[in-house]
Amino acid sequence: MTQHREESIHRPGVQIFIALFVLFAIFLLSQLAAETRFVPNGKLVEQPRFWPAIGVLSMVCFGLAQIALSWRIKAGWNPGEVAVWLRAFEYLIWFMVYVAVVPVLGYLATTMAFTISLALRQGYRDVRSLGAAALLGLAIVLVFKTGLAVKIPGGAVYEYLPGPLRNFMIVNF
Amino acid sequence: MELLGSAILILARWDVVAALVVGSVGGVIIGAIPGVGAAVAIAILLPATFSLDPIVGLSALLGIYGSSMYGGAIPAILINTPGTAVNALTTYEGTPMTERGEARRALSLAYSASFYGAVFSIVCLILLSPVLAWIAPMFGSREIFLAALLGVILVVLAHRGQILLAGMMAGFGIWLNTIGLETLQYSQRYTFGQTWLSGGVDLIVVVLGLFAISQAFVLLVEPDKRAHAEPITGGLLSGFKELAVYKRVAAASGSFGVMMGMIPGVGEFTAQFLSYTYAQKTSKTPEAFGKGSPEGLIASETANNAVPAAAMIPLLALGIPGEALTAMMLSVFYVHNVIPGPGLFQNQLDFVVAIYLALLVLNVLVLVFLLFSTNILLKVIEIPTRFIGMAVLTLSFVGVYSLRNSAIDCAMAAGFGIFGFIMKRFSLPIVPIILGMVLGGIMENKLRTSMMRVKTPLDFVDRPIAFMLFLIIIIVLASHAFGLWRGFKTSRESNR
Repeated sequence: MTQHREESIHRPGVQIFIALFVLFAIFLLSQLAAETRFVPNGKLVEQPRFWPAIGVLSMVCFGLAQIALSWRIKAGWNPGEVAVWLRAFEYLIWFMVYVAVVPVLGYLATTMAFTISLALRQGYRDVRSLGAAALLGLAIVLVFKTGLAVKIPGGAVYEYLPGPLRNFMIVNF
Repeated sequence: MELLGSAILILARWDVVAALVVGSVGGVIIGAIPGVGAAVAIAILLPATFSLDPIVGLSALLGIYGSSMYGGAIPAILINTPGTAVNALTTYEGTPMTERGEARRALSLAYSASFYGAVFSIVCLILLSPVLAWIAPMFGSREIFLAALLGVILVVLAHRGQILLAGMMAGFGIWLNTIGLETLQYSQRYTFGQTWLSGGVDLIVVVLGLFAISQAFVLLVEPDKRAHAEPITGGLLSGFKELAVYKRVAAASGSFGVMMGMIPGVGEFTAQFLSYTYAQKTSKTPEAFGKGSPEGLIASETANNAVPAAAMIPLLALGIPGEALTAMMLSVFYVHNVIPGPGLFQNQLDFVVAIYLALLVLNVLVLVFLLFSTNILLKVIEIPTRFIGMAVLTLSFVGVYSLRNSAIDCAMAAGFGIFGFIMKRFSLPIVPIILGMVLGGIMENKLRTSMMRVKTPLDFVDRPIAFMLFLIIIIVLASHAFGLWRGFKTSRESNR
């Protein structure tokens, strides 16, 4: 386990990640005075600035120490690795579109459309897989919204449905 | 006896029983799917349990927590792929046994060792309860602060080979917890003038992003993996007989599991490592380890399954979670206004015993389920990984959006998803972020309240438990520093 952990921080790309993270931590440190308050004559541990400072200083110190320690490691730069990171962004966009559409079209329609279109994007073309994706969407809605009544609002389009059906859809789907 | 009766009454409800069945069966299924694991499932289900009674919600989550490792042993033994990360050591012995046609024996041993480990741990917990109830009130603010500090230190030091990164991530977690309005001086911290940051960063949003959404990204980006396992013929109860033959290994592994589970931040990996090493060193056939040794399999699975129940000790007695899963459970307690800590043992001991009993029942349910449905579970292993990724991403939406119907929460969770995705690609430590968030909040509160009575630094450790905790912190740090110095010396000598 230890050996695996040590090897993992020698992989190409990891140094970029750590460097970016430390830069972010340094930015946070530069904002410490502006973004937190210091109460004159107050006890140190009661200062609103105390714990953010501990967090940010830990990030900066441990991060810089890690960079200093791995200075000799010739892990290098791997554009392919960064490309993989960017590929994950595609699914972030999928997710955010899903989030944006649910309040408009409603949970049931959006979820089924989401699972089917994501299955298509993943290369599943056969009826069995697409049917399974549709069923997955339906099952999730039935379990969470209909069964467990989790707080997901009804879609705006439900407003155009006749009275009893509208209520039924808002409550269950 | 009265206490036991009252605990049974808490559990004797149809909704609690249903939650236990769903949690335990669901946990086994989730554990059997490589690449999902209990953390993802608990993160997704967490908000859904907020509307349930605490004991119902906790029973479902405990079911998943306690049973996922049973399921994780199935792919570890049959297809050389651990269902959950902690089943990795099981592959060393399980796969060679399967290759020589002993898959049934390996599964049977894994089930019986897991069951033994879990029950052993629960019995220890029940026996320890009166002691904990006696000790818990001795923990005031400064003791809890020191215990939380010890937890953070242990979590960081447990990541050998990545200690600096773990420290950096724990700091990140501590910082994340401070974002928003602080309630002592009513000042904003790191909100950059944005009102949506005033409420702070919700733990659930971070957990869902780092565990569930990141895992969905991992599964969606990587090529599809399809596995196939041959069906098992014959009964699976024979493992108990064989377990009796290796009772010394089982007892030692169970004890390691309980001890390591109780220490915050240590958990399954260390318990497994110690048990496996002990089993190998004391075995009459140490050369068989790594080639399908039943002792190695017993050591790994017993230690694994002894941890979850023991990990509940610091959570219930002190309100300090030792790892990510118990940190998630802590939020269920808070949502229902049940505050784990010394008060829980003093005032609601029946609730605590009910949790232990629920753990016991769920292990019986899991064993029965596995004895009859292992072959059905093999179908779960065959689900393509990208399809699972799709399901996890869709389910993550329920988890985040149902919190407060906020698209901003979803965007934040997705951002943490990308962050977690990159960390997972490099096997960097994620757990310190969660524990930094939880323990950072505890440390901030407890340090403030404890400082009211502290005039000099020595006052801080003038009570026996506080002094003992302080001493442990010093010993842990000193022994780590000594280890570093010894390693440095050895490497310098070998370079010469």
